[in-house]
Amino acid sequence: MKKEMIAMLLAGGQGSRLGVLTEKVAKPAVAFGGKYRIIDFPLSNCINSGVDTVGVLTQYQPLRLNTHIGIGIPWDLDRNVGGVTVLSPYEKSGGAEWYAGTADAIYQNMAYMEQYNPDYVLILSGDHIYKMDYEVMLDYHKANKADLTIACMPVPMEEASRFGVMITDGNGRVTDFEEKPAHPRSNLANMGIYIFSWPVLKEAFEEMKGTANLDFGFHILPYLRDGGKRLYAYEFNGYWKDVGTLGSYWEANMELIDIIPEFNLYEEFWKIYTKCDVIRPQYVGPSAVIDRSLISEGCNIEGEVHNSVIGVNVTVEPGAVVRDSIIMGDTVIGKNCRIDKAIIAENVKVGENVIMGESPEAENVLKPKVYAFGLVTIGENSVIPPNVRIGKNTAIKAVTKPEDYPNGELPAGGALVGKDGE
Amino acid sequence: MSMRALGIVLAGGNNNKMRELSNKRAIAAMPVAGSYRSIDFALSNMTNSRIQKVAVLTQYNARSLNEHLSSSKWWDFGRKQGGLYLFTPTVTASNSWWYRGTADAIYQNLDWLKRSHEPYVVIASGDGVYKLDYNKVLEYHIAKRADITVVCTETFDDVTRFGCVKMNEDGRIEEFEEKPMVASTNTISTGIYVIRRRQLIELIERSAQEERFDFVKDILIRYKNLKRVYGYRMGSYWSNISTVESYYQTNMDFLKQEVRDYFFMQGPAVMSKVDDLPPAKYNPGSDVRNSLVSSGCIINGTVENSVLFKDVYVGNNCVIKNSIILNNVYLGDNTHIENCIVESRDTIRANSYYCGEDKIKIVVEENERYPH
Repeated sequence: MKKEMIAMLLAGGQGSRLGVLTEKVAKPAVAFGGKYRIIDFPLSNCINSGVDTVGVLTQYQPLRLNTHIGIGIPWDLDRNVGGVTVLSPYEKSGGAEWYAGTADAIYQNMAYMEQYNPDYVLILSGDHIYKMDYEVMLDYHKANKADLTIACMPVPMEEASRFGVMITDGNGRVTDFEEKPAHPRSNLANMGIYIFSWPVLKEAFEEMKGTANLDFGFHILPYLRDGGKRLYAYEFNGYWKDVGTLGSYWEANMELIDIIPEFNLYEEFWKIYTKCDVIRPQYVGPSAVIDRSLISEGCNIEGEVHNSVIGVNVTVEPGAVVRDSIIMGDTVIGKNCRIDKAIIAENVKVGENVIMGESPEAENVLKPKVYAFGLVTIGENSVIPPNVRIGKNTAIKAVTKPEDYPNGELPAGGALVGKDGE
Repeated sequence: MSMRALGIVLAGGNNNKMRELSNKRAIAAMPVAGSYRSIDFALSNMTNSRIQKVAVLTQYNARSLNEHLSSSKWWDFGRKQGGLYLFTPTVTASNSWWYRGTADAIYQNLDWLKRSHEPYVVIASGDGVYKLDYNKVLEYHIAKRADITVVCTETFDDVTRFGCVKMNEDGRIEEFEEKPMVASTNTISTGIYVIRRRQLIELIERSAQEERFDFVKDILIRYKNLKRVYGYRMGSYWSNISTVESYYQTNMDFLKQEVRDYFFMQGPAVMSKVDDLPPAKYNPGSDVRNSLVSSGCIINGTVENSVLFKDVYVGNNCVIKNSIILNNVYLGDNTHIENCIVESRDTIRANSYYCGEDKIKIVVEENERYPH
């Protein structure tokens, strides 16, 4: 049962800044790049790095995530020993607790980790888009005889104050760190990827248990620093994206359609795996026009698609023009629609002649910070009636009817979000 | 029908009518409809008919087929009950022959049939593209108290490459001519049979004793007056891909809406090995019309009335018309391909021109993709 390194993947977060996209779905289960979901990237990194034992910690809206992960077949994580295990919060004899912080979630699953008697524990988050060989990071950890290695990315100095930054000596050893400092002393941003030597992590948990909202950044790291442990920063210079807002989510998708994208899904040697039930090819109709787009399996494209990322089994009917948009699986775009800069989630029915995203901008009435960037955002299973116009910075998650659109319009900044998103 | 029938898929064959395409693989491993292999249809029909235990008999150039079947989980055969069995000829203490025919192939694996306990056997071939609930054939077989039931269909294709069948009003087969010079009917055998397991064992053993090796010639035709051989008429789409012309036509059929709806949209689904390729990527300059495009493709040129299989790269200013581009082909810039089938893993140099004139041209190029 011994495993040298096991991974613990934090996938319980809501990602509330993704608005209606995460109303019923945990952020790691949000679709990305057409056929993928965000959690596919860390899971694929694990198996590609030779880490075959992964605990996935879920809490917020886990249904989609559970269905997606299953027993781990798509990532070859269906193993006789190890493999993927979904770890949800559970009731103990003393009472029931939710996961109250990143470190608390891991601590509540000590028994899972103990089973494998690991030498190292890799802590990951299910929120990021990147390819990383954790084995190389582990080699670095071993070479430094580190107690904790923190993956860090150099960011432009002017952006460093948005992150937790690591201050290192000349040899990569972390001497200090700061959380979102006003005047950063370093540009090495903490990526939330940690390798702990198991005894060190265990000892820290023993000491720190009982701390409210036990968190790696706020509690465990300071404890280890103050205890004189060997903390090292592992510099990562590849592509890494936190798709935390609708704007950054949209941008990261759009970057995939560059001629040679910085984040390349077409490389043979570091495949990204996903659960995809649709095998059939896409059909491109006689009147279709497609350029600069990603289009997934099973789509039926009869209209025009420009600069867009299209998920599995999407229909774009004749005459419809989709531009600068993200359309997720099973959605239907009706005849003669004009869709501009929209994010449309799974299984949405858009009626004929709908016009989206052609208006001046206005601040969103519901969540001005969330529904911004000039985007139209439509949550899963929504229905848009024919012949309506939908302005920018809008959000819809409901089965809407023509009467929901006075004068046939949802003006810029408007929102039609049903109670509890239904 | 779980546990009521075993499946046998005859996937050993090849013929010269596939021209150069047969050099690489058995027909059952031919890619079909963008994302599938020919054998997926028989295997999916088996699993969708809840047949849990299936043997695939292979012989000719089975590497590609074995690779495709390396895991049985895609068809739900990775189970404790049943499973997928791959039988290639092996030398044993009592036998050192290759499979000398379809009946011999079954004979050489007779122990598997004998050790099983399912009462019936469904035999299918790996080169048919169709959907069929074998339970319906089995029910017919039982209702007719048949010894062997042959699934038949009408065809307007070249009838003389099939077994031609004449039935009486009850459905009993009275005439069966294998690949006749002149056909007097366009009812043909699809090569799908239902038979009682003990009956099959008996017939196969007797043929082996008589040094007869072909299931059609030495069992079906030879016994048709002695045994109750019935025809089950199948009305839905069926195509056999074992000539270049029919292979091309079958793929092109998938450009028709009704064929796509039947195979892709209506259940049950056809299953295949999952390849984990990224979505198809359309770059500026791409112009795709009336075509099927599979995952992993990168398109920079014009594609019309064609089927692109997985992982095809179409360079700038390419023009692909009425063609089939098999898996993992690289088409250099300014290439023109018309009325062709381009063999898988080919690398076509920039500025190439291929056009099938009176018949479909098969393009086999083995250029270095990444010259040193």
